[in-house]
Amino acid sequence: MNRDEQLFDYLLRIADSDLVLAQRLGEWVGHGPVLEEDIALTNVGLDLLGQARLWYAYAGEVETRFAARGRCEDELALLRDASEFRNLLLVERPNGNYADTIARQFYFDVWHRLFLFQLSRSGDARVGEIAAKALKEVRYHVERSADWVIRLGDGTDESHAKMQAAVDELWMYTGEMFESDATDQALTIAGIGCDASALAHPWREQLSSILSEATLTLPTGAWMQSGGKRGVHTEQLGHLLAEMQWLQRAYPGAQW
Amino acid sequence: MYAQMVDTGAKRLRTSEEMSPEERAFQERIDADIKIEPKDWMPEAYRKTLIRQISQHAHSEIVGMLPEGNWITRAPTLKRKAILMAKVQDEAGHGLYLYAAAETLGVSRDELIADLHSGKAKYSSIFNYPTLTWADIGAIGWLVDGAAIMNQIPLCRCSHGPYSRAMIRVCKEESFHQRQGFDIMMTLCRGTLEQKAMAQDALNRWWWPSLMMFGPPDADSVHSAQSAQWKIKILSNDELRQRFVDQTVPQADYLGIKVPDPLLKWNDERGHYDTSPIDFEELYNVVKGNGPCNRDRLRTRVKAWEEGAWVRDAALAHAEKRAARSARKAA
Ligand SMILES: [Fe+2]
Ligand SMILES: [Fe+2]
Repeated sequence: MNRDEQLFDYLLRIADSDLVLAQRLGEWVGHGPVLEEDIALTNVGLDLLGQARLWYAYAGEVETRFAARGRCEDELALLRDASEFRNLLLVERPNGNYADTIARQFYFDVWHRLFLFQLSRSGDARVGEIAAKALKEVRYHVERSADWVIRLGDGTDESHAKMQAAVDELWMYTGEMFESDATDQALTIAGIGCDASALAHPWREQLSSILSEATLTLPTGAWMQSGGKRGVHTEQLGHLLAEMQWLQRAYPGAQW
Repeated sequence: MYAQMVDTGAKRLRTSEEMSPEERAFQERIDADIKIEPKDWMPEAYRKTLIRQISQHAHSEIVGMLPEGNWITRAPTLKRKAILMAKVQDEAGHGLYLYAAAETLGVSRDELIADLHSGKAKYSSIFNYPTLTWADIGAIGWLVDGAAIMNQIPLCRCSHGPYSRAMIRVCKEESFHQRQGFDIMMTLCRGTLEQKAMAQDALNRWWWPSLMMFGPPDADSVHSAQSAQWKIKILSNDELRQRFVDQTVPQADYLGIKVPDPLLKWNDERGHYDTSPIDFEELYNVVKGNGPCNRDRLRTRVKAWEEGAWVRDAALAHAEKRAARSARKAA
């Protein structure tokens, strides 16, 4: 892979994670535990969807540098197969109960903010711009999900148990966020991407402080599942894409 | 229309002589177009009727999130997905403003929601129809939000301050929804043959239910006179329905799809379209609970509420712990 191909792949990793998580949050619309939460979750979903679209747009431009043409956002989002998706496994995990959704969001948000902060200083001006814009939204996402981890963790016995079970359950999908493969390394050296492994320490610090305020125990499992960056996903992604991509697949070439 | 059949508790209008002095003063304020605010005196029947009307409207916004939410995960493009999510979110916001307006009348949101879940309170019949294709999302925006605007624009001038202010905020957003819905229909009608057929099919299924949104015919609307006198209903069901037909038929012509009414015809003399008689039996049935989706819709709402109970309890318990901790610190 040359530099542009690597950058393209890198941009898809970011966009795909945003999109898949937005799709999951979209499943909640109309079913939230209280009206205000329905609105707030949708807000986060809309932010992530908007961010995905910015990343896809740039990915399409980068693609023109090495391919016959660059694909548009809908081709990238709705006409690629699961094995071509580069999102983190964490975000494709099902919504579960509200604690599961909050745990997934919290793990992702804390990482997302650290990651975007690094990218906002990227040597690639477009990457820097999009990251800086996204960072403003994600600061609020972290606040919100951390707040809910605390409320549910330090709420009732039932909510405490559910929240602990949720952070335990999803723990094994967090290691992937800090793995650095050849693409990460090449783009870090080029001053475009960020060193994923360097985010592990601050992520853990922030996590510990929120979990302790929430009276929750930091999970200790050592086994980490990964594969998203290589396109090896959990079984859930195929179902998510089948639903999300159905109209584009069923009516090829139609305008909507 | 989101409030289709609101019971005012009145069999006939009372004359000025029959009214108490307070009531007379109240009616005089209304006649002078002075808004009634939460602290003002109001007759019990006015208060109760408004609670029914505003809560029906609020419940409609919330239940109405379901047929459209049904397509968020399947929206055909990312742009349409974003627009639809934002739209359904707007509807949740409308529900919130309206519950807040109802709360000024001395009832809590939880009580109102309990009435919805028990089946005691109603919501608009339109949301008991299924969204079967993507074109239904276009048809809902175009027709259902269109009908909502038709009904709600006059309500911006209604006598109750909080309700009228809620309506002003809501109307601004509904007109976006209507344009976005029409845009979906337009894209489909300019698309492939399959897409155009999808648009036609959606119009066929949503046309009559949309006309029923305006409620029973005036001749059968026993409560309208009282609501009109109180200025919480500004135009009659049939007037609104006629306006809607007159506005919508040319739009269907523009799209190149056919309104499913063989008798639909422009009447030069009246200056309005004539339509076939509406099958109001269907409306009464759907309102009674016998629509295609009534049971599903209510079950879905109840399930979301029940499954969210532990979350709401936790939030409350946490807030209490916090308050207790800061009280200890202060002591
Ligand atoms: Fe609305
Ligand atoms: Fe609307």
